[in-house]
Amino acid sequence: MIVRIGTGGVVVTLLAAALLAGAAGAQAPALPPGLGGGEPKSDAAPALPPGLGGGEAEGDAAPALPPGLDGGEAEAAAPEAADGPGLIDRLPDWLHGYWEARGGLRTQEDPAQPRDATLGETRLQLETERAWRAVLLEATADVYFDGVMEEAEFDLRQLRLTWSPVDTVDVRVGRQVLTWGTGDLLFINDLFPKDWQSFFIGRDVEYLKAPSDAIKLGWFPGWINVELVYTPQFDPDRYITGERISFYNPIFGLSGRRRQVDANPPSTWFEDDEFALRVYRRLGRAEVAAYGYAGYWKSPAGQRLIPFQATFPKLNVYGASLRTPVGKGIFNIEAGYYDSRQDGDGSKMYVNNSEFRLLVGYERELAKEFTGALQYYLEHMMDYSAYKNSNFFFMPQRDRDRHVFTVRLTKLLMNQNLTLSLFTYYSPSDGDAYFRPHAKYKMSDAWAVEAGGNVFWGESDTTFFGQFENNSNLYVAARYSF
Amino acid sequence: MKRTWTTYALALGLVAALAAGATAQDLTVDEIVKKTNHVSYYQGQDGKARVQMTINDGKGGTRDREFIILRRNRDDKDEEQAFYVFFLQPLDVRQMVFMVHKHIGKDDDRWLYQREVDVVKRIAASDKRTSFVGSHFFYEDVSGRALDEDTHELVEAETDDTFYVLKNTPKNPDTVEFDYFKMWIHRESFIPVKVSYYKGGEEYRRAEALEVKEIQGFKTVTRSRMTDLRTGGATELAYSKVEYDTGLPDEIFTERYLKNPPREHLR
Repeated sequence: MIVRIGTGGVVVTLLAAALLAGAAGAQAPALPPGLGGGEPKSDAAPALPPGLGGGEAEGDAAPALPPGLDGGEAEAAAPEAADGPGLIDRLPDWLHGYWEARGGLRTQEDPAQPRDATLGETRLQLETERAWRAVLLEATADVYFDGVMEEAEFDLRQLRLTWSPVDTVDVRVGRQVLTWGTGDLLFINDLFPKDWQSFFIGRDVEYLKAPSDAIKLGWFPGWINVELVYTPQFDPDRYITGERISFYNPIFGLSGRRRQVDANPPSTWFEDDEFALRVYRRLGRAEVAAYGYAGYWKSPAGQRLIPFQATFPKLNVYGASLRTPVGKGIFNIEAGYYDSRQDGDGSKMYVNNSEFRLLVGYERELAKEFTGALQYYLEHMMDYSAYKNSNFFFMPQRDRDRHVFTVRLTKLLMNQNLTLSLFTYYSPSDGDAYFRPHAKYKMSDAWAVEAGGNVFWGESDTTFFGQFENNSNLYVAARYSF
Repeated sequence: MKRTWTTYALALGLVAALAAGATAQDLTVDEIVKKTNHVSYYQGQDGKARVQMTINDGKGGTRDREFIILRRNRDDKDEEQAFYVFFLQPLDVRQMVFMVHKHIGKDDDRWLYQREVDVVKRIAASDKRTSFVGSHFFYEDVSGRALDEDTHELVEAETDDTFYVLKNTPKNPDTVEFDYFKMWIHRESFIPVKVSYYKGGEEYRRAEALEVKEIQGFKTVTRSRMTDLRTGGATELAYSKVEYDTGLPDEIFTERYLKNPPREHLR
């Protein structure tokens, strides 16, 4: 706990309060305007309310009537909406965004990487929007200078048109960040692209979600909600390539910048496309949803030998979720069947097996401004024996089931200007873990500073988090919002 | 001369006391409490306002918040309500939306929409006496405290012809930080002009109505302040563009409109 007032301050405050209370008790409370002999005129300056006036009316004193109740004519205020700028039009005005500087270092050497720095960049995000009668245009773009890769990058985060052709339909077209599902930093039915690299090196968590180039249609007749997202050209994850985060390659072992993933994602427009569907509604206080997806594994999930390239095999996903208050917290459960369509009966050596995935979570407040959340996550291979039989003897074999637990703890301090949080992934089956400590302090409404870490640990180099052990890093950042 | 004044004052006081006694009998404490609750949180079928919040930490630092609040009553009993809070400031949470389906007798349903990641987060019930967006107002001050949480009594000695003075004592003292709170309720308008919270016999927290306007026939607090008397910190709220009965449809308070804010209603 951080209490900013020194002991001296407390004593002085208490003394002052005691004196004031004493004084108030000793003298009769001042008569507020409207009760005193002198009738307050409606045009008279408003009486100073207690606490501001010269005579400290404290404690049990009746308050002075505020303007509007002081016996004079209550000023009839016309609704202001008719004239003047509207509420939203007064956003100051057409341009917002932030500037930030962010740097991070590995906590140990990584033989596969030429540099100790995992992050060293300055970024400017600009955002604007414009509404014509029924159409809204939103644009967000980032420019950043990346000291680790020594290059300048442009990242268009959003360029989207939104309109409603009829009352019950919303159409959103263009580049946009899309999310659905109930998991917290775990995703089953959300197959929109993720940026794992940004996530692991300590960029703002907003960058875990990469944008899609898609059309989103929403139909909301009231009794049901239907959302369909069509992505005409497959949008893969921004997955770990070895460029700045090294990883385990089953043939070459730990690989980094010199042995990056060579991948060839499907990219033919209107042919290598993706469909994602969500149908949802509320049932009492619960939110239930069904999901469908037809597309490709979002990160490399297969290997071609000649040429030696990572592939993105076809994938269909069918799933459902439920989220509802239980006790004092929020409970969620989500499941999905990952149908790896090019794996046949599971025997294709170079294609991911089909999987059943499950997620169960619960979040609640543990104490004032202190929240805890627990999740259990399962990946279950459907054709494990076929996988085992087809795997090369020298390649590490994964377990049939991968179990992961996550814990999130969040504490707010100093009038909610300081946020301390720790998110932990731990897999008892893989024997690995990933810790994400984070502290953010809002120095003012515009300035924020933060510090955090991405700490990987594993008993083996071949497991999901264990392979990133050499990439453990700490970072700091400062951001100015405008 | 002195005697005359004293007699006059005494007589006046007696008349006032009689008058107070007479009117106080017109309404039961229960009725006063209900009317006050109605005026504070339920006027009109729906309402909207732009709220400017200035948080003063008592040590010279200030923070600004600004949001548009849409509110709709969902029954005639002054119980079920929905709120849609669209943030304009601070800029790092611009266009964040906080939505509440308020219930009486069970926890509210609450959601937070974070636009930059397109996430609709459902928020677990929290201690209602926790700061609302870092201000000196508690969540409960903003959305209302259930009437049956406290026993209410009229403080006859302090009730006069301007104010009903109510003392409210919590039925479950462990759930709150105060021993009791007193309300000075303006007789004509049922606006609580002052609310003082006491602990150990000492007032430590105070809400005040600083300005009232009549809007579409509804007496409306357009400026208010919450002071933490222990730290000297205070938060002031200024309401503008207040409108009632705008015909806000109930469907606004759904996930569709979290992700796609109802711009025509935010104007």
